Amino acid sequence: MKSFLLHRDEDFDIERELPPNAAALSQDLELDTLLNAMSGGDEFLFGVARTVLFSSLAAPEDILYRQDVLSDCIRQPEIVTQVYSIAAEAIRAEKQVYRGIFSSPGYVLHRAIEVLQLYVGVLRQLRGIADEHAAEFASAGFTRFFDMLRGELDDTYFAVIEEHLRQLRFRDGVLVSARLGRGNIGADYVLRKPNPIRQSLVSRLSGRGRPGYVLTIADRDESGLRTLSDLGDRGVNLVANALGQSTDHILSFLTMVRRELGFYVGCLHLHDQLTQKGEPVCFPVPLAAGKQALSADGLYDTCLTLRVEQRVVGNDLNADGKTLVLITGANQGGKSTFLRSIGLAQLMMQCGMFVSAESYSANICAGVFTHYKREEDATMTSGKLDEELGRMSGIVAAISPNGLLLCNESFAATNEREGSEIARHITRALVDSGVKVFFVTHFFDLADGFYREDLENALFLRAERQDDGRRTFRLAEGGPLPTSHAQDVYQRIFGESQPGWGG
Amino acid sequence: MTEPSAGPAALSSATRRCTGNATEPVTFGSILFLGDVRPTPGQLDEPQFFRDLNIDQIVDSVVAGREFYDLRPFFHAPLTDVDAIHYRHEVLRDLERPALRDGIDEFAEKMRHMRDCLTMAAKLRYRYQKERLFLDAVMTYGAAVSSLARDLRLGSPSSRGLLAFRECVAAYADSGGFADLYAEASQLDKNLSGIKYCLNIKGNRVRVSKYADELDYSNEVRETFEKFRQGDVKDYRTRFSTLLEMDHVEAGILQLVARLYPQVFQALDAFCERYQRYADDVVNRFDREVQFYLAYLDYLAPLRKTGLSFCYPDVSADTKEVYVADTFDLALARKLVSDHAPLVGNDVRLQGAERLLVITGPNQGGKTTFARTFGQLHYLASIGCLVPGRDARVFLARDLLTHFEREEDLSNLSGKLQDDLQRIHRLLQRATGSSVIILNEIFTSTTPADGLYLSMKILKQVAALESLCVCVTFLDELASFSPTTVSMVSMVVTENPAQRTFKVIRRPADGFAYAAAIADKYGLTYDRVKARVSA
Repeated sequence: MKSFLLHRDEDFDIERELPPNAAALSQDLELDTLLNAMSGGDEFLFGVARTVLFSSLAAPEDILYRQDVLSDCIRQPEIVTQVYSIAAEAIRAEKQVYRGIFSSPGYVLHRAIEVLQLYVGVLRQLRGIADEHAAEFASAGFTRFFDMLRGELDDTYFAVIEEHLRQLRFRDGVLVSARLGRGNIGADYVLRKPNPIRQSLVSRLSGRGRPGYVLTIADRDESGLRTLSDLGDRGVNLVANALGQSTDHILSFLTMVRRELGFYVGCLHLHDQLTQKGEPVCFPVPLAAGKQALSADGLYDTCLTLRVEQRVVGNDLNADGKTLVLITGANQGGKSTFLRSIGLAQLMMQCGMFVSAESYSANICAGVFTHYKREEDATMTSGKLDEELGRMSGIVAAISPNGLLLCNESFAATNEREGSEIARHITRALVDSGVKVFFVTHFFDLADGFYREDLENALFLRAERQDDGRRTFRLAEGGPLPTSHAQDVYQRIFGESQPGWGG
Repeated sequence: MTEPSAGPAALSSATRRCTGNATEPVTFGSILFLGDVRPTPGQLDEPQFFRDLNIDQIVDSVVAGREFYDLRPFFHAPLTDVDAIHYRHEVLRDLERPALRDGIDEFAEKMRHMRDCLTMAAKLRYRYQKERLFLDAVMTYGAAVSSLARDLRLGSPSSRGLLAFRECVAAYADSGGFADLYAEASQLDKNLSGIKYCLNIKGNRVRVSKYADELDYSNEVRETFEKFRQGDVKDYRTRFSTLLEMDHVEAGILQLVARLYPQVFQALDAFCERYQRYADDVVNRFDREVQFYLAYLDYLAPLRKTGLSFCYPDVSADTKEVYVADTFDLALARKLVSDHAPLVGNDVRLQGAERLLVITGPNQGGKTTFARTFGQLHYLASIGCLVPGRDARVFLARDLLTHFEREEDLSNLSGKLQDDLQRIHRLLQRATGSSVIILNEIFTSTTPADGLYLSMKILKQVAALESLCVCVTFLDELASFSPTTVSMVSMVVTENPAQRTFKVIRRPADGFAYAAAIADKYGLTYDRVKARVSA
């Protein structure tokens, strides 16, 4: 039995390793803010959301499958939350069933029976919800899920389970088969189900049904009695294991249900927060990889809006056919925020979520990578430029054609000439390899160099600045200007004109 | 039940006939020794120079894990005859071929298992247990001999040793006695393994009966819940003791099983009675002796994997024109390879009347290692083994004499000099023209002038004997001591003197070692410039 709510026909792999760029992405895109909003402080939801977010889907139809399931969730939040809670509660209750320190087959069996009785109740509950609410769901994912519960967990099945629970009390003693192993010692003990009894009651009681010999252990022979019960345990061993593993399988099923729904529960949390604030969200239109498209209306930074009271400024963008977007302009003019909104929207789209925009459509990228200027070198082992080059080398090793790279003030650790030269070669090589690059830079040399080439596949954006020097936090198409606006910032913070030579 | 003889034959036992009942018994002696030559007991202790040359370390590693075979005596006994060395080279060449090697490994593994069975049988208390393990031992032995005979046939050995042994084993394996033993054992084992019985345990009673196709209940449970399977889950099986020893209840049950199947167990009793002594002495002896070769090849294998070369030296008792390319210290190689550190090989070439290698140069440059390498080269050749390097010709020495500095007694320098001289005196008394002599840092405890004086005296005697000799010294003057002298110099990396190169090259001791090291680092030595220019 599979829940298949995240993938049409495969389990979601929670154990999958996060991509090597996960740490950098988390830092640069402030993903913890997003994940905290989704989890509401719940560690489990946080982990699930993070793993799903980092496990981009590769095909538009897989994204649409999740979008449909998520639409159902948004329509029926109570029922979805209830199923999630039943699974979560069952998992919690299983942990409460005492686990001994010593394990013996008898003990394993005893615990497994207790856990099984717990699960029978849980499974009956899930069946009940399916019976009652299946019709209210429209997505392929939920339709299949509820059909499965009703088909697999029918009344006959519950009766079979009850019969096992009765058999496993062993009223007639334990019957095990064995072979002669090494040194003629008994081996391969297997618990057997007694054959249906055909002989008369008399012969059964006298034990003369078929040839056999009886050994009776004296009551005072404690070690002998222990050996005997040990031999029985060897047989019970396998059935205890089978039942123990069966309950674990049921637990895995419930865990899978909880995990997959956990992602959608997280999406519901985020949805609540954004819509309550009046921010628009939309289901993006994913296009096949290789299309080189990206257009958006009202695209805003999810993480920024989660951190501030007022609504935030959105940007419109048409970068269809563009593989290089160079962003220049005023300091604190919204360049970093814009870059982050691109990265977040792309990641959220690729895991099946809604995005923070009025509309968003883009091709699927083979991985989102970020290369941001770092304030300090944490390792203290190399200089800043070394560190930047090292990170870029790691990205180059990991990225593939169709990847998306977001650079924020890369190579600012060195002077403009050298930084531009390094960045130019790397950028050109990446774009020529089919990588989509968004590059925020204050290097005029770098931006202007590309601008003069008049490339068809390049788009130039500039942070807007009004005549009075105030920022709009909007970006508009436009080539680089030779000066940045550090003076303005300085002025705002220091509240005075820059001192001249005499001042 | 007494334990059958299954250990390795004693070294002193004479050549035996295979116990096959072929009309013409085939005789075979030893896979290690040509004819009936055996090392005398006195030779079996570790030779004195083992420690100086680090051969003790090599042998320790080589025999490690093979203690049962008691291989050390074989490594302590140099051969004195060139043909005896060829006899071993041939066997080694055969054993380097995977087909033969795998076959003999399989044989050895089975023999090991057989011995384990017998050891266990001796320990156990109940008769049917002892008998079953004895049966296992016989089965394993039978399989070992059969597979050995087959693999020797298919492997087409070309060495005299394996060819003769192959015939001997083939005759034995074809003999009626062996065939009966193996067939009877197999049938008995099959019968016992086929027995399947049921225990019905309730309270303090257990009823033992034949198995009557009762269903596996665990499977039924498993199938019921199969639909929930998601992936691998924990294994809840309790690990029960796998000890072979039974207690009285299990023994009682086994007795009842025997009553259910009386014929099988009577046959087992009879078998054990009849075949108390089953193992053949020649097979046992081969099992031990062949391990000498395998142990050595196994020691070389990881070194070869890293690209180090080994070769079969051309061993001669007549000429002292020794040469070898890219040779190295076998003990050091093992260490460096396990540390993933690079190893440098050295070339040696003694031509015409050259007898005396004087090694000078900076410390830490591998001078002592070079001296050991030379000693090891000759010793390894003398026990019929492959030697480190390529294209080797080695002198078959009568003895190997070494003088290495003793660490103790440093407080008493005059005492040390005296001790040194006494030891060298004893060494020279034993030395002949057929000796290989290794002198490492002699007379360091005295003044250079005195050291030079004494060294000259000693080397003159060595030169007069025409012994092959390596002398490691800091006295440059010794390097041009006589026409029979070859000067070699150790190298260092100039920028990082702590780094050993272990490169020792033939050149005059003219104080240019340092400059040469720099040149080498930049690829500008004479040889390398020439090679690069012509590349």
